[in-house]
Amino acid sequence: MLAKRIIPCLDVRNGKVVKGVNFEGIRDVGDPVECAEEYNKQGADEIVFYDITASFEGRGVFLDVVRETAKKVFVPLTVGGGIKTVDDIRETLRAGADKVSVNSQAVKNPQLIKDGADIFGSQCICVGIDAKKIADHKWTVYINGGRVDMGIDLIDWVHQIEKLGAGEICLNSIDADGTKEGFDIEMLQAVCDNCNIPVIASGGAGKINDFAEVFEKTGATAALAASLFHFKELTVQEVKTYCRAKNIIVR
Amino acid sequence: MIAIIDYGAGNIFSVKNALDYLGLENRLVSDKESVISADAVILPGVGAFPAAMKKLEATGLVETIKDEASKKPFLGICLGMQLIFEKGYEFGECDGLGLIKGDVRKMEAPELIIPHMGWNKLEKLNDCRLMNGIGDNEYVYFVHSYKADCADENISAYCEYGGRVPALVHDGKFVYGAQFHPEKSGDTGLKILKNFGGLI
Repeated sequence: MLAKRIIPCLDVRNGKVVKGVNFEGIRDVGDPVECAEEYNKQGADEIVFYDITASFEGRGVFLDVVRETAKKVFVPLTVGGGIKTVDDIRETLRAGADKVSVNSQAVKNPQLIKDGADIFGSQCICVGIDAKKIADHKWTVYINGGRVDMGIDLIDWVHQIEKLGAGEICLNSIDADGTKEGFDIEMLQAVCDNCNIPVIASGGAGKINDFAEVFEKTGATAALAASLFHFKELTVQEVKTYCRAKNIIVR
Repeated sequence: MIAIIDYGAGNIFSVKNALDYLGLENRLVSDKESVISADAVILPGVGAFPAAMKKLEATGLVETIKDEASKKPFLGICLGMQLIFEKGYEFGECDGLGLIKGDVRKMEAPELIIPHMGWNKLEKLNDCRLMNGIGDNEYVYFVHSYKADCADENISAYCEYGGRVPALVHDGKFVYGAQFHPEKSGDTGLKILKNFGGLI
């Protein structure tokens, strides 16, 4: 049986791992290659690097981090942030990423999903979505790190990206992100019910039971967290041991 | 020296990184002489079956690969494993390398999430040297939407995902194929690659 994946996410700026709360109040927490190695030791099923650098120079440093990590860590690496073109995807994969995560740019130019999937395969195109609730059972898609509401219905967007060839969705709840009150179960289930590709739950993990809950109550095949693992409130191993005790299949 | 065939299909650097890490001498190659002089060959690959076959044909290596795979250890990984079979049915019928009898078809089952993406448990079926030292509860990383359909005798290990999915196949001689990514499967994957290096 396929195991549920536990995925730590590293937000990287200028070659350093940082972690923001609600995308603000960013502070440095360490060397990304060392962090990735540590997560690998803890049993992380995949590692996500998110580039929050806005400059061209920062991009080079960021890809060096990916390159160095890929020499030492032999689990899948997903890289997101700042990917705007097919050439960006190619460069990122060549640096050692196994998948790229596209978010804002995919909303602005959905063709990027199709082109990326056609050239590199659906398996390496993960579409990141930031969404926020606007009414009962209704959410809209945001871009630019959760700052700009595009007024696009979440479920419509999910249908569209699946058709374009997305291989996976990383669904982040703006409402839950940073709250530590658990994943956004309602939104995740709505998305899982409306697509046939893997969905990664993101945003809101604060305690160990949140991981068990998201796997028990939704069809998410993976759960992602950043600050929780960074600040060593929990280790990946602890989360897995807990899930295993709850009869959730983990590696 | 292990030749990693570079034909423009997928993340060959991951395979190289893993072999480097294990201290197994290797080179990315795309010419006949290098494949012929190598001690073992790895055919990586991600993407679609016909596109990859076309790229492989463009390198002029198809006949060389078929010859060499009968003389020295040969490992196809992911799409490279699928190309080992006689035919693929991704976007229509397409001939493969035909190193092992069988074909490659879309994974289908009600409610099955596709691609099969993530870590799944290896279930042993037939003895195979690449599985040396691999326990009964080890997981490897898969990402694919098509699976091989071949005889049980060629399956060294499988996993369960909407039915039995051949994970590690072997022709009984030199040809091996891994549907999963050993280069992305943590310590278990590294052990399997090390075992492959040990065949030289």
